[in-house]
Amino acid sequence: MAVETELDKIILHVAKIMIDELKLEDVTAETFDPDIDLVDEVGIDSMDLATVALVLRDEYKVRIDEDDYPKLTTIRLISEYLQRKLAVV
Amino acid sequence: MKTVSSLLDDHWHERYRRISKLNIRSSIYDVTNRCNLRCKGCFFFSSDEHKAAPEEMDIKKWEAFVEKEKARGVNLAILIGGEPTLCFDRVEAFYERLSTFCATNGLIKVPRDRFPDMMIGISLWGDEADEQVLRGKDTFSISSKNYYGDPYTYYLYTITPKQIGKTGRVIRKIRDAGLKVHMQLLSNDEAVDGFSWRPHELSAIRAEMDAMLDAYPDTVISSKYYHEIITTGKMLDRPFGWMACPSVTITMDHRDPQPKRLTNFIRWASDLKTMHRCCTSETRDCATCKDGAAHMSWVMVNKRAHMRSTKDLQNWIEIYEMFAKLYQFIPW
Ligand code: SF4
Ligand code: SF4
Repeated sequence: MAVETELDKIILHVAKIMIDELKLEDVTAETFDPDIDLVDEVGIDSMDLATVALVLRDEYKVRIDEDDYPKLTTIRLISEYLQRKLAVV
Repeated sequence: MKTVSSLLDDHWHERYRRISKLNIRSSIYDVTNRCNLRCKGCFFFSSDEHKAAPEEMDIKKWEAFVEKEKARGVNLAILIGGEPTLCFDRVEAFYERLSTFCATNGLIKVPRDRFPDMMIGISLWGDEADEQVLRGKDTFSISSKNYYGDPYTYYLYTITPKQIGKTGRVIRKIRDAGLKVHMQLLSNDEAVDGFSWRPHELSAIRAEMDAMLDAYPDTVISSKYYHEIITTGKMLDRPFGWMACPSVTITMDHRDPQPKRLTNFIRWASDLKTMHRCCTSETRDCATCKDGAAHMSWVMVNKRAHMRSTKDLQNWIEIYEMFAKLYQFIPW
């Protein structure tokens, strides 16, 4: 069995927040492909991202800069971004 | 989970890809408080917005202001008024820095040597008879000469209830002038007698607009879904109105719950400091507002809601394409 890394945990958590906040249907944190393009494929926009960013800020105490939104196009990229910021806190 | 790929075939996916990264960020600017017409039902004058703030006269301040707007992330300047063509230096301050659309009544010709590819939307309020009643002049006879065959110009044809059964003639005149046309509905804020919409008239004009799109696809820039939305005021069974409108100035938007809205949208007065509530005017009744751009934007900001089915997403794509064409992000 693969070992769950710190990044895997963040990915699952971000996926869960996204599903809950945006009321995404027919998907679970476990089945949410972390590499799917959130904007192009899932239809998420900057307002959705801002909603998710607020919850992430509360939970991780990490502020996601609005200028960084265009780069954060997958759950993996968001999670790596959080991990990097957490490392420098 | 429904994804774009699961809903669209190759043809539609290609169309989707062409628009999905455009990221249009518009704001609206009153270029001047003056106009060379006084149309009945013009929200700008009927709501006294022309008195809201004195015009900024220093062109350097306009230039610095546009730079700041650009830094704020705006990538589409929509110039309205009054009549922007009364102040070409201000129009130029935008045109040199940003993708710019200029609304005009078409009485003054925009010099193409100075603004070679600026998109221009000429307002037209019905046929000669309607224009005479509502604007005191048959503007088409002048504007169609000024802009004959211009590839970056279209008519913004505001349809009134009196136009039912007559739109074909107007559209053919526009086609014969070598121009395109986009249709919207008169809101009739000044309650001019006979110009308010009744439900059966809205159904009739919807059918007529659909027929025009079918008959003149190279001239009419529109979509049947857009016709449905502006005539019913409903999108996916949700009603349009204040609590749904996407085109509210961000600093004045204290709605709760916050609807999907245009990112950082502001409508600026011509003192470059005062802000107006929305893309039309504060005195307009949101319950009867028929503003075409607000309805289009309403659809555009609600992409995920349109991922219910293939048809819904195709409808969304068609409206986005229409907007992108009207503001020159993609070719006709
Ligand atoms: S031309 Fe436009 S700005 Fe001028 S009065 Fe008519 S609607 Fe208003
Ligand atoms: S008047 Fe129209 S554009 Fe203005 S806030 Fe109301 S619905 Fe929106």
